[in-house]
Order: sequence, then structure tokens, then C-alpha cells
Amino acid sequence: MTSDTRTDTDRSRTDGELAEQAVVPMPLVRAELPRWAPWGILVASLVVVGGILAATGNFGIGLTLVLGALLYAVVTYVVSRSVEGGRKATDRVVTIVVNVAFLIALIPLISVIVTVLQNGIARFDGAFFTNSMRGVVGEGGGGYHAIMGTLIITALAAAMSIPVGILTAVYLVEYGKGRLARAITFFVDVMTGIPSIVAGLFAFAFFALFAGPGIRFGFGGAVALSILMIPVVVRSTEEMLKIVPNELREAAYALGTPKWRTILKVVIPTSIAGIASGVTLAVARVIGETAPLLIIAGLTTGVNLNPFSGRMTTLPVFAYNSYAAPGVPREPFIDRAWTSALVLIIIVLILNLLARLVATLFAPKTR
Amino acid sequence: MSAPTTTPATATPSTKPVRQLGDRIFAGSATGAGVLILIVLAGVAVFLIAQAIPAFTASPAELPGGKSLTAYIGPLVFGTLLSALIALVIATPLAVCVALFITHYAPRRLAQGLGYVVDLLAAVPSIVYGLWGVAVLAPASLPFMTWLQDYLGWIPLFAGPVSATGRTMLVVGVTLAVMILPIITAVSREVFLQTPKLHEEAALALGATRWEMIRMAVLPFGRSGIISGAMLGLGRALGETMAVAIILSGSGIITFNLISSSNPSSIAANIALQFPDSTGVAVNTLIASGLVLFVITLLVNSIARWIINRRREFSGAN
Repeated sequence: MTSDTRTDTDRSRTDGELAEQAVVPMPLVRAELPRWAPWGILVASLVVVGGILAATGNFGIGLTLVLGALLYAVVTYVVSRSVEGGRKATDRVVTIVVNVAFLIALIPLISVIVTVLQNGIARFDGAFFTNSMRGVVGEGGGGYHAIMGTLIITALAAAMSIPVGILTAVYLVEYGKGRLARAITFFVDVMTGIPSIVAGLFAFAFFALFAGPGIRFGFGGAVALSILMIPVVVRSTEEMLKIVPNELREAAYALGTPKWRTILKVVIPTSIAGIASGVTLAVARVIGETAPLLIIAGLTTGVNLNPFSGRMTTLPVFAYNSYAAPGVPREPFIDRAWTSALVLIIIVLILNLLARLVATLFAPKTR
Repeated sequence: MSAPTTTPATATPSTKPVRQLGDRIFAGSATGAGVLILIVLAGVAVFLIAQAIPAFTASPAELPGGKSLTAYIGPLVFGTLLSALIALVIATPLAVCVALFITHYAPRRLAQGLGYVVDLLAAVPSIVYGLWGVAVLAPASLPFMTWLQDYLGWIPLFAGPVSATGRTMLVVGVTLAVMILPIITAVSREVFLQTPKLHEEAALALGATRWEMIRMAVLPFGRSGIISGAMLGLGRALGETMAVAIILSGSGIITFNLISSSNPSSIAANIALQFPDSTGVAVNTLIASGLVLFVITLLVNSIARWIINRRREFSGAN
């Protein structure tokens, strides 16, 4: 060892000590399990558990997996502890726990998708998208009226929430100072937490004052949905406006641009991708709402395209009612419920993909 | 370079900036939108209270159930809290593990896709989860609930007898847990991703194993994020209507027995089930219960916000 590669501690030692160290070298790498060890232990524990269960006549896939995972964790800990030491053993066990937890979480989520697909595909046909439920008692019929209701109510809600939401976000980021801005921020947070059924109750309580307690119409549903939607739009837009670099605004001001033109021509175009995708996600959020619409929009079997008078069915309410209060025979109603759920999931999926697409398409060119 | 004497008119420039007409209109409408939100929210509170007052003043005989208002709402509050609590207890540890898996264990290429799938699942309508809960989970969990009754029946929670349909409080709790799992996961994942890379690398460089790195760098940094995510999930579970309404056939009792056929309903589910057939004071009573739910979720969300904001001040980590 040359002197310039020695550390301070090395220098303080005598040459004799160094020589002694060379005789009994401290290993730089601890013993490690071979790479195949985890897989080997996993297969072995599954086989052992499966074998024991089969021998005792209790064999089942689920039970084998659960007990196998337990045995796997225990054996890994013991083997790893004896070879690699306690710290590494803990690390391996935690890795197993995290992976198993992930798999456990996957089971219900996959099951939801698969169930809806399996049960919904039966009535996923042309009739479902073109027929309403007027005069239908058993087979046939469809969700046309519910699809139209969902589209109309959601569009109205979006038309009310998006301008208000974006303008509020602009106020909070560009103009807001002092008490009013703080109050708005706080109450937008409060609004985020309003349970959907309470929003429905509010819309009912509000319109019942003018039109009596029997009031049920689509516009009321749109009002309830926009109460749920506005805070989401405000939040996401606010986040997006905040990340617009201040240099852009200052550059615009330096050129003598008035503030409102700066906002319209510089700030919003820069963040339009994020705003649009946030808005799309907000729409996806409220399109599946059931509870408020059950209260204020009601339920009908026919097509009603006028949101200002008469009851209006939406897809989630249709799904709920078909399942909870089926006619005789039951099966067609249950099938229609699942198909509505499937259509809803597809709509949400499309909106999510759209949000992704919008975010990448409109993203400002940074170079 | 002009001499000071040549510019007498501009020597005292106005300190107010020029405000164009467009500026005034734009600022006005932005402010108006903000104020509108305040008005709407005030409206929510005022109208709910106004419609709830008849229920507070009515005599007990007029109320549904024929007892006092607290006797009517009490079991509902209990059912709401119990179902949400079960969901929270099941979902939080799982969600933290899933978030850790996505951020620190999964292969990098897989992680991004998984994160997207989680976001998508958070947007699946609750009615879908409700249908799944009653059609798949309830029958599938019957053997498990029977096992709980046979071997853990001495715990009051699992005293039984097991409901034949499987539509129990436990199933509701698990369904709600599945529903809020993506929400808590999404929030935790965001926070875990924000852990300063330098902290993680420093821990690894000192010889920490991956778990030790997570325990010493990631979890302390993300703790308040996990808590606030769990609180948001709790708020969602408290206000969840359709899943509970479709699974439980509730009765006005208070019981900790999770697997029997008689269960307390939740506030939101009770409103959804009773509202279409209610008239008169019954409607006012339902609105009063909605008001109670509003206050409960308001409390939960305020606590969550408080935790988030406290973290914002403290995060001198990066």
C-alpha cells in the first residue's frame, strides 16, 4: 500500500498492525444467497404446502397460495438469516410482504373488471344503445334514455363548472391576495369534501323551495354535479397555473402587455394541456355519480331530452335501479345493470385516455 | 439625457398603473367566479339547515321510527363510522405496500404503467364497485366468514350467526376498502416519488439494505402524505352511498357483530334508500342526517388538510 492511497486512520496505524490485518483479511463481501434462491424457495414451499394439503384431502388453490406464501416468508427468513445475517433477512422478508400485498390488492381490482366484462357483454349490443325502457317488461329494452340523460346532465354540469372553476383558479393564482383569496382556498377545500349525496340534498332543498317537494328534473342533477365538479377543476387548474414560470409573465409585462392579455395569451396557452386533462378527469369523476341524481333527477323509463322538465334517468341510476328493484323475470334487468356498468367503465376509460392524449398533444414545446 | 427643467409635466408621475377596460372586466369576472363559489357554499349550508329545522322541532312521534331524532340518526352515524373504519384499517397498509411496490420495487418500465392503472381505478364509478360487492364478494366471502365464526367466534366482532346471503358489514367494509385503495395508493405514490433522491442514495451508500433505506428515508418523508391520503380515503368511504345501499339491508340497530344479517345502515345509504318514498317530515329528517354527514366529513377533511399544510411548512428536506 503506497502512502498516498492511505486514509487518515491508516496513517495513524503502525506497519505492524497493517501486516496483522493482511494476515486475517476482513471479507469485503458477505456471503450471499445465489440468485435462484428466492425462486427455488418459493417453488419448494408451494410444492410442500400443496403436497401436504393434497395428502390431507384439503387441497385448494387459494389455501395453497396463502399458506405457501407464509411458508415462503418463514423459510426465506431462516435461510437468509443463517447465510446473510439478520439485516438482509429482514430486507428479503419485507420484499416478499410488499410483493404479496401488491398481488392481494390486484385480486379484487382485476375481479371487478373481469366481472363487469363477463356480465356486461351479454347485452352489449345495438339494442342497448338504441332502445329505451318504455313499455319493456322483460327481455329487450336498453339504456338509450339513460345514456342520453348521462350525456345531457354531465354536459350541463361541465358547462357550468368549467368556466367558474377556471376563472376562480385564475383569480387565486393571478389576482388573489389577502383575506378573500384565503377564504376561497379554504372553502374550495371544504367543497372537495362534500359527500355526493349531500350535494344532491342541497340541489333538492334549493329547488324544492321554488317548485315544491315533488321536484325532479335533469338540471337539478347538473347543479348537484357541478358542486362536486367545481372544486376538482379549481384545484387542478390552480396547480397547472402555478407551474407556469414567472419569467414568461414578466417578459409579457416588460413588452407592455396588459395583465388580462398576458393571462389569456401567455399563461393559459402555456398550461392548456394540464388544464384540459384536469377538466377531463373531473368530468370522468362526476359522470359515474349515482346518489345525487337518484335524489334530484329521479327515474323514468322513457327518453327525456329536456333537462328543465320531467325526470331524467342516468346510467348509474339505471344500473342501480335495475339491480336493486328488478322486475319479473329478473335476469334481463340484471343483465342491463351490468351492461350499464360496463358502458360507464368504458366512458371513464375513454375520458382518461383522452386526458392523457390532450396532455401530450397540447403540451408546450419547451425547445 | 435631458435636463430636469425640460420635463416638468412628468416630474410627478401617477403611482397607479394604467388599468384598461379589458383588465377591469377580466379581473372582475375572475373575482366574481371566486365569490360565486363562496355564495354557493353558503347556500348549501343555509338551505340544508333550513330544510333540516323542521326535523329538529318536530315531536318524536312524527319522525320515521317514532323515536327521537338522535335515536334515528345515532345508529346511522355508528354504521357510517364502522364501515369506513373497517375500510381504512384494511386499505391503508395495503395501499402503502402497493405504493412502495410501484415506486421502489417494480421494474422501472412496469412502474409507470401501474401508476396509470391505479389512477384509472380511482375513477371507476362507485356503483360498479357496489355491484361487484354484492354479486361477487358477498357469496365468495361466505366460507371465510363461516371460518371466522367457527374459530374466532369468541371475539364479539365475529360472533355470528353468519348471514346466509353474505351481505354483511364486513363485506361492505372490504368493498369500501377496495374502492379507496386506489385513492390512498395514488396519494402515497406521489409523496414517495418526491422523496429526495439524495436521501435515498445516501442511505444506500452507507450500506443500508433497501428496506432500511425505505424505513429511514422514504417513510419518514412520506408519513404525513400517507396520513392525509388515508384521511381522503376515509372521507370518501364516509360519504360513499351506492355500495353500502346496494349491499346492506340495514336496520336501526347498533352492533359490533360484523358478520350477522342484521346491520346498521350508513347515513348516505339510508338517504338514498328512503328518499324516493319519503314525504313531509321524513324528508326533513333525512336532510338533517345529511347535515350530520356533512359535518363529519368536514371534520375529517379539515384534519387531512391540516396535516398536509403542516408538512408543507416543515418540508425543509429538499
